[in-house]
Amino acid sequence: MSAGVGVSEIAIALVYPELLGTYGDGGNAEVLAARARWRGIDATVINVPAGDALPTSCDLYVLGGGEDEPQTLAAQSLRDGSPLTRAVEGGAVVLAVCAGLQIVGESFVGSDGEVEDGLGLLPLRTRRSLAPPTEPVPPRAVGDLAVRATGALAHLPVLTGYENHGGRSVRVDTVDDAGGPLGTVVGGVGMAVGNGTPDAAEGWVRDLGRGHVVATYLHGPVLAQNPALADHLLAAATGAPLPDLGRPDPAAPLRAARLRQLGLPPD
Amino acid sequence: MRLRTRTALGVGRLAAATSRRLGRGAGEVVGGTVALRFAPDALAELATGRTVATVSGTNGKTTTTRLLSAALATQGPVVSNAGGANMPAGVITALASATHAERAALEVDELHLPGVARATQPKVACLLNLSRDQLDRANETRRIAGIWRSLGGELPGTRAVANADDPLVVWAADGFGATTWVGAGQVWTADAMVCPRCAQLLRRDAHRWWCPACGLERPETTIDVGGPTQLVVDGARHDIALHLPGRCNVANAAIAAAAARELGVDISTALHAMEQVEAVAGRYETVRLGGRDARLLLAKNPAGWVEMIELLEAAPARPMVIGFNARAADGRDPSWIWDVPVQRLGDRPVLVYGDRAADLRTRLAYAGIDAPSFGSAADALRAAPGDAPVDLLATYTAFRDLLVETGLA
Repeated sequence: MSAGVGVSEIAIALVYPELLGTYGDGGNAEVLAARARWRGIDATVINVPAGDALPTSCDLYVLGGGEDEPQTLAAQSLRDGSPLTRAVEGGAVVLAVCAGLQIVGESFVGSDGEVEDGLGLLPLRTRRSLAPPTEPVPPRAVGDLAVRATGALAHLPVLTGYENHGGRSVRVDTVDDAGGPLGTVVGGVGMAVGNGTPDAAEGWVRDLGRGHVVATYLHGPVLAQNPALADHLLAAATGAPLPDLGRPDPAAPLRAARLRQLGLPPD
Repeated sequence: MRLRTRTALGVGRLAAATSRRLGRGAGEVVGGTVALRFAPDALAELATGRTVATVSGTNGKTTTTRLLSAALATQGPVVSNAGGANMPAGVITALASATHAERAALEVDELHLPGVARATQPKVACLLNLSRDQLDRANETRRIAGIWRSLGGELPGTRAVANADDPLVVWAADGFGATTWVGAGQVWTADAMVCPRCAQLLRRDAHRWWCPACGLERPETTIDVGGPTQLVVDGARHDIALHLPGRCNVANAAIAAAAARELGVDISTALHAMEQVEAVAGRYETVRLGGRDARLLLAKNPAGWVEMIELLEAAPARPMVIGFNARAADGRDPSWIWDVPVQRLGDRPVLVYGDRAADLRTRLAYAGIDAPSFGSAADALRAAPGDAPVDLLATYTAFRDLLVETGLA
């Protein structure tokens, strides 16, 4: 597993892609694997089909976005025996996007409108509206999303992507080492802008046990548009600084184009 | 026709003519929009007394509508929005253009089917398929299936002609009082992994799908795709030699044939008429651009891409130019390009252009395909290696621009 210096192979689990793959988020696993291989790390992507038990021995777990019913079904499977929680405590790294963010949180609203338990890896509560009845159910958050990374990942350049979600997410009061936001929204809605929350926090980052969890509403896929975040996750999974990519970064043209299209300064 | 409707249509025609004069397009949409504003009942009134068939679904609408028109034309004049303007305004403009035609074959946008169907009371509603497309507008695919399903209950006189191989379509069509089931196939299953009725995982084998939890399953069909050039109708094989290439168009023909039969056209007559259709709104047409012959292919979502890749795999590899946009009509979020199995493009040279060419280029680069980027389709075609015809694949708005550029629209 993430055993530190000299790691030469990593296993990347793409979690239930049939349920959590509506917005191209499977690309995140492809990006991670390619960027690892280019650095001489032998990367394997393991498609974990819906209905199968999640293996706990992978180094990286990638969860994507999905429609309401598939999301509820995926959460039910992942609650059973808490395999993802055990993997994280053992040192695994998780990237959870959109429905994935909601699932790894404390709770969310399922397809039938009932509150569903999440996995509790992150202290995030997702509802249609965070402060009913004062705040009515806001419109679905759909559009470009840009986030200035803060806290643990403040060294990353501005993150870009696309959001498409009905739920709003907010921190629930919990323990001190619960981690903190991935960043601050500079364009778009993110977790809860304008829904009765005081700040513009988006996403969440938490060290848990020996593992590391990053969650966000950014699609794109997020790692295709933000290679620095991909490399952060790879470094966390291998437990060591990454060697040079050894080639021109294929993400560079996309990165430059997105910043230009969104009116953001170049890196 | 009531005076108010007549006046509204007149004002609409004026607006359309103005739009054409200003070079803003064919004017179908602006004309209909103006007419609708002045006479909201215009659609219902224009449809009164006609036999209407609607065609809706994520992919194949324009082609299926064209094939169905050809089959219905064996009985008499048919009016159709053949250019693909498939929202209420486009439908109005089409109906107003041929008030004498007793039959109407109408392509209708998935989300606008309720409004158009309530007004036009179709005899037949073709439900082709549902898969992820423009998710910024549609949000979730199952939602559309739910909208169709409740619509069925409001249309007692409408028979659904529906694809039995698409679970979302089957669940939607179950809301209609009568249904003709067609085995049109499904190359893209990623949006139908979960039972639309009870949200449990579906099972599949080579021939059918079923839900082990609630029992929803592939219904028995009367018309099926039997092979690349064959339909099976009531157990009997019928050869069909379409000009239009690819398995997806045989599937479109199967639905169109089923709909035509419900409207009184016998199968052999329908198939013969559909075999005469040569090109549909520019799709598969060969054009000259940038000094190069190019075959136009439309692919606007992952399911459409898979259909086009299957078509490309069946022939020797040629260079490929891809136009990639993410404008409103494409869907603003191009993330779906990561759902496309681009590895299956093999080692053919690929060149890209378009507003979001960088997204496509990076996606291809991660799949090991080095695709240079150009400022326009013509520039990319000029740079394509060799001198064989090029396959020119484009998203919806890029395709529309190509039609204008090459004089097809």
